[in-house]
Amino acid sequence: MPEFWINMGPQHPMTHGLWNMKVKVDGETITDAKPEIGYLHRGYEKIMEVREFQKNVVLTDRLCYVSSITWSHAYCLAVEKMMGIETPERGQWIRVIALELQRVASHLMWLASYGPDLGLLTGLLWCLRERELFLDLIQLMSGARMNQNYPRVGGVRNDLPENFEAMCKRSIEHFLEKVKNEYPQIFQESKVFRMRTEGVGTISAADAINWGVTGPNLRACGVNVDLRRLDPYETYEEIDFEPQVWHDGGAGDSYARFECRFNELNESCKIILQALEKMPKTGPYRVKPPRRAEGEGYAKTEDSRGEALFFVIGDGDDRPYRVKIRSPVFCTMAATPQLLRGNKLADVVSILGSVDVCVGEMDK
Amino acid sequence: MSAPLVPNLFAVCKVLVAAILSIVQQLIYASSGPIPPLRGLGDFVGSDPIVSIVTWLIVVTVVVLWVTVINLFTVMWVERKLYSRLQDRYGIMISIWSLPFWPFNRVHRPTHKGLGYLQNLADGVKLIQKENITPRNADSAMFHISPVLIASSTLMVFAVLPWSSGFYVANLDLGVLFMLAAFSLAPLGIMIAGYAANNKYTLVGGFRAGAMLLSYSIPMVLAVIALVVSTGTLDPVKIVQQQDRPIVLGGTALPIPAWNVFGPQVLGFLVFTVSMIAEMERVPFDIPEAEAELVEGWTTEYSGMRFGIVFAFKWLRMLAASALIAILYLGGWGGPVFATLSVGGIPVPIVPEEVWFVLRVYLLSAFFVWLSWSVPRVRIDQILNIGWKRLIPYSLLAILVAAAFRVIG
Repeated sequence: MPEFWINMGPQHPMTHGLWNMKVKVDGETITDAKPEIGYLHRGYEKIMEVREFQKNVVLTDRLCYVSSITWSHAYCLAVEKMMGIETPERGQWIRVIALELQRVASHLMWLASYGPDLGLLTGLLWCLRERELFLDLIQLMSGARMNQNYPRVGGVRNDLPENFEAMCKRSIEHFLEKVKNEYPQIFQESKVFRMRTEGVGTISAADAINWGVTGPNLRACGVNVDLRRLDPYETYEEIDFEPQVWHDGGAGDSYARFECRFNELNESCKIILQALEKMPKTGPYRVKPPRRAEGEGYAKTEDSRGEALFFVIGDGDDRPYRVKIRSPVFCTMAATPQLLRGNKLADVVSILGSVDVCVGEMDK
Repeated sequence: MSAPLVPNLFAVCKVLVAAILSIVQQLIYASSGPIPPLRGLGDFVGSDPIVSIVTWLIVVTVVVLWVTVINLFTVMWVERKLYSRLQDRYGIMISIWSLPFWPFNRVHRPTHKGLGYLQNLADGVKLIQKENITPRNADSAMFHISPVLIASSTLMVFAVLPWSSGFYVANLDLGVLFMLAAFSLAPLGIMIAGYAANNKYTLVGGFRAGAMLLSYSIPMVLAVIALVVSTGTLDPVKIVQQQDRPIVLGGTALPIPAWNVFGPQVLGFLVFTVSMIAEMERVPFDIPEAEAELVEGWTTEYSGMRFGIVFAFKWLRMLAASALIAILYLGGWGGPVFATLSVGGIPVPIVPEEVWFVLRVYLLSAFFVWLSWSVPRVRIDQILNIGWKRLIPYSLLAILVAAAFRVIG
């Protein structure tokens, strides 16, 4: 049988969004791959130039709808640096809690979609069940389950509700018990799951750095890079946590990526609990930003999928002169042909699922 | 030890058919006064060959309805309810109370709070209403023939599959061989379907089916050969009768039935069960229609009731596989009767053989459902490795063990 191209997308159960992975197969073995993106390009960087600073938060929420708060926060941080204003301390702590709640929700969405990628629909239902806990907390905090429009330039929109701390602790306690006892039964302890993920889609640390892979995908190669630790923003330097890095050799495969993300669920919950303890109980959570600003602001944060970078230029008007977004998934996409080559056709799904693709932020 | 509810399906049907046909015959005789040639027609209707032919048709219809209407719908319902509970949700809840007209749509009755047994019927009605689309460049004849080939070859298994010592269409001396042969016909239909639809997904799925199902048919047949070495027969009824006794060890009868699985056949049982999971395309081995990478595999291009047929046949295969495992290894329909009632002089067992057999079939089906919803899908090269490097050597070992026990006695 001659080699032929198979379109994995744009309408295909494998794609978590609207994009196309063209795969060249020889029988079942992949000889070449070509990601085709741009189906969801909405011209974000251009639209943001004609909207006022605060109104752009609505747009950055929709960069990746499973990880809205982290993206809006990165934008707000860049604008704040440009304006030269500082968030009050309580506002920073609330932001940390919101970021980590969003990170857990985002990772659970990834885990939920990774299950059906491997043919395990039970994983989908279990993870979405626990994701609701965190969406409820985010709703309690911001008033919306998705596209929260919660971070503001200079702080957050509103203070935490009254009994948020107690509800947060109760949900996290319930969730950590599931992560410890229930999820490993269908993931880590399952022989078939290990067969499908170990040694598949391998990339070396040097290659990953050269391709610009960041976040959990890079930490799975054994590189200890976490911007929350290396270049702390908000109040992350006061929090005691461990970046999840894969140390055990055989690095950079699907299982390492899975394990790094899975352990981050635990780690994020720890950060939330610490933040609830350490944050000041009262105080302002927001400062009023100036309406017009001039200068350059640059912020990089650890998004759920890697390093999210925002570069904002103001020319003295009430809206940005230019905005540049650096999406981690966009850079990871460039490395996917290398991840896929030599594997079997069924592994396309298992590898791209473990990379955690979000098309909204990739196509901008 | 056990007794069937239907002592002999053919005899029962024949009595009923003969009674009905004799009434028809009498009616024809009564009306033959003005038209004398009708008397010959009456003689013809009541004659023995006609009664036999009609009886055969009735028997086949009864068994097909029993399999497809009662058992197929039940096993689909069992699966959908069971995996829903595994996933922490209610699952299907459409029932008679969901019908949108009086007297079902009562004001105070929630429409979606039933047991969900009618959901599959509703799905079937929906599929029948849908358009049957044939892809433009598909090989039309083959595309349309393959669902028929797949469904009919699976139904052929039930032609000789006994549900008790009396409830079957036909009882062949080589019944087990016939069932395995009919069971292994479906890969041909799947390959035709995958090739004919002129789609890359279906093509890959069809060839995956060919590679996988053929390589798993070999250990399946080898395991049955190991069984035949010790039973000495391929007649399913006789195989079950051999198991309907207690195990005798050192002169004393143990309170354990002498099922084939308790003994040297345990290895063959494991090999046969794993092969059967592959043959019925359930999740650890469902790569021919891996919905993650191949959309819906070889069934991608089917729509409407053709999709319904190729989708429902997997449950038919699960029923057939569970029944085969129960007959060959788990004692078939053996079980205690407890008591026998006498209804109009006919003895009726309280717990007849049919109940014991159906119980085994559904427990095995539930086991397969449980297994397939808790593990991911295995890759094609791993599946072939399991088949050729594990199952075939184990099945050959099972033959050796069976032969050794046969020689020792």
